[in-house]
Amino acid sequence: MKIHQLSLFLENKPGQMAAPCRLLASSGINIRTLTMADTQRFGILRLIVSDWQQSKKMLEDAGYLVNVAEVVAVEVADRPGGLVDLLDLLGQANMNIEYMYAFTFGRGGRAALIFRFDRPDEAIEQLRAAGLNVLADVEVYERIEG
Amino acid sequence: MSWEAPGGAFHPASTPDYLPVAQMRELQLARLRNVVRRAFERVPLFRQRLDERGFRPEHLGELADVRKLPFTTKADLRDTYPTGLFASPNDEIVRLHASSGTTGKPIVVAYTRRDLDVWTEVMVRAFAACGLNHGDVVQNAYGYGLFTGGLGAHYGAEALGATVIPASGGNTDRQIMLLKDFGVTAICCTPSYFIYVLERAAELGVSIRDLPLRAGIFGAEPWTESMRRHIETLGAIQAFDIYGLSEIIGPGVGIECAFHDGLHIFEDHFYPEIVDPETGRALEEGEEGELVLTTLSKQAMPMIRYRTRDITSLKAETCACGRTVRRIARIGRRSDDMFIIRGINVFPSQIETALLAVEGTVPHYQIVLTREKGLDSIEVQVEVTPEVFGDTVGSMEGLQHRLAHALERTLGLRADVTLAAPRTIQRSEGKAKRVIDKRNLTEAPNENTPTLALPRK
Repeated sequence: MKIHQLSLFLENKPGQMAAPCRLLASSGINIRTLTMADTQRFGILRLIVSDWQQSKKMLEDAGYLVNVAEVVAVEVADRPGGLVDLLDLLGQANMNIEYMYAFTFGRGGRAALIFRFDRPDEAIEQLRAAGLNVLADVEVYERIEG
Repeated sequence: MSWEAPGGAFHPASTPDYLPVAQMRELQLARLRNVVRRAFERVPLFRQRLDERGFRPEHLGELADVRKLPFTTKADLRDTYPTGLFASPNDEIVRLHASSGTTGKPIVVAYTRRDLDVWTEVMVRAFAACGLNHGDVVQNAYGYGLFTGGLGAHYGAEALGATVIPASGGNTDRQIMLLKDFGVTAICCTPSYFIYVLERAAELGVSIRDLPLRAGIFGAEPWTESMRRHIETLGAIQAFDIYGLSEIIGPGVGIECAFHDGLHIFEDHFYPEIVDPETGRALEEGEEGELVLTTLSKQAMPMIRYRTRDITSLKAETCACGRTVRRIARIGRRSDDMFIIRGINVFPSQIETALLAVEGTVPHYQIVLTREKGLDSIEVQVEVTPEVFGDTVGSMEGLQHRLAHALERTLGLRADVTLAAPRTIQRSEGKAKRVIDKRNLTEAPNENTPTLALPRK
């Protein structure tokens, strides 16, 4: 139940982030969430979009370097301590998180956390065993729309 | 030309490429005497230089006496711009070419009718060495114009009897269309441009390896074995290195045969020597140094002991292909391309070796030299390829560090590595411009800084 995240290599210069976002917007592709990992010299823009296959093709045709990573989206309660419970669980299970970011659905008191694990399948198993809701591509999208 | 075999096809064995060595030396000495006499009688600068040495053309008793003659340098061509080294009257000169002249005045070269015939002859012999003949379709993507590459390859391929497509440089999408639609079997261009053609063809969904194309005649810039492997693997063609320079004639001074073990020099027209680039002392066979060429049959513009700035070595033994003419090792570097940074000599080819060691292929790259507060820095900009792009900052910084480390180990100095987005470093349609020198080198040169030195091994 992994979801597909697109990563773009960007140079650290003004205007670099706007161009790919504009490209996606022009084709009616919705960015569900994004995060930017930046260094002094370059950045990696990570995107969860409504149609990752079409987006990848469009971005590549426009000359971008696109990497597809399988990440894990987990639903948690949007309340103080909601994240900590989850992190404790992962810590106890000795799951290494390469990076993570979060977003809320804006309603229903739920939030989603996006994780990049080095061993995603094992992580999903652990999360499921603990009774957590691991989301699929389509679920992430539907929950935003719905 | 007189090498038509009974079937009409060109037969390479009818050329001087296979002449017994003693006979070749005899021919060379006779031609050397002629050309030295011609230059002495017609080129004031050359006459003045011989007079200063008290040397007369008739003092040339044997071939080794060539070492007693003065060198000619690129500076001589610039200083006498445009016609100072011409040895034929205007009405015998039928063609002029010129270099791009990126650093000041261009250099101009002239040809008589017979010079053009010689040029065509050596290009026919060059194409034949690559296994081309009647029936081949040659796409000539060297630039037509003042640059010698275009017309040189054109007339040679046409005289060979091949079908010539004068595509000239640029317009890559059209080049790919021609390759595909015209059943092209051989292409002539710079190796870096062909790599770009391969890249672009892949984007257009054209598989070069599935086309009839089987040979590439690549020259006009130094290239490496790793580039050859890349081209041959991706394009499923045989890549031949061709050597030449406008000052001597243009392309066709030398060529690889199917054995790819050095480039055969058409030495019945171009006499090769290797000298120490610093002292000018003649080096022995097999020793690495600067290639010096004398045009043995040139009329309009004889070049006596021209300093090519290309670093190579000479090989005399007969090649596996049977050609007796001597070979030069592939030229990986020019003393021109070399830059000196913090007193260390650096060749772009060394940078390529370091990039190759880390990434397994040579990505598109550019070298930028800057000077701040009197301290020089070198930055190597490397395009990130899909093969090495990971989505974590750690993996990309790791790549950056591995590249920087490999560069430092190869060059002996610290280089800054910048990862660049794909297709952001400018592609050239002619010679690849690898080094951007932003240093303001207008101060008087430091007496202690060597201006030329042999590359470190």
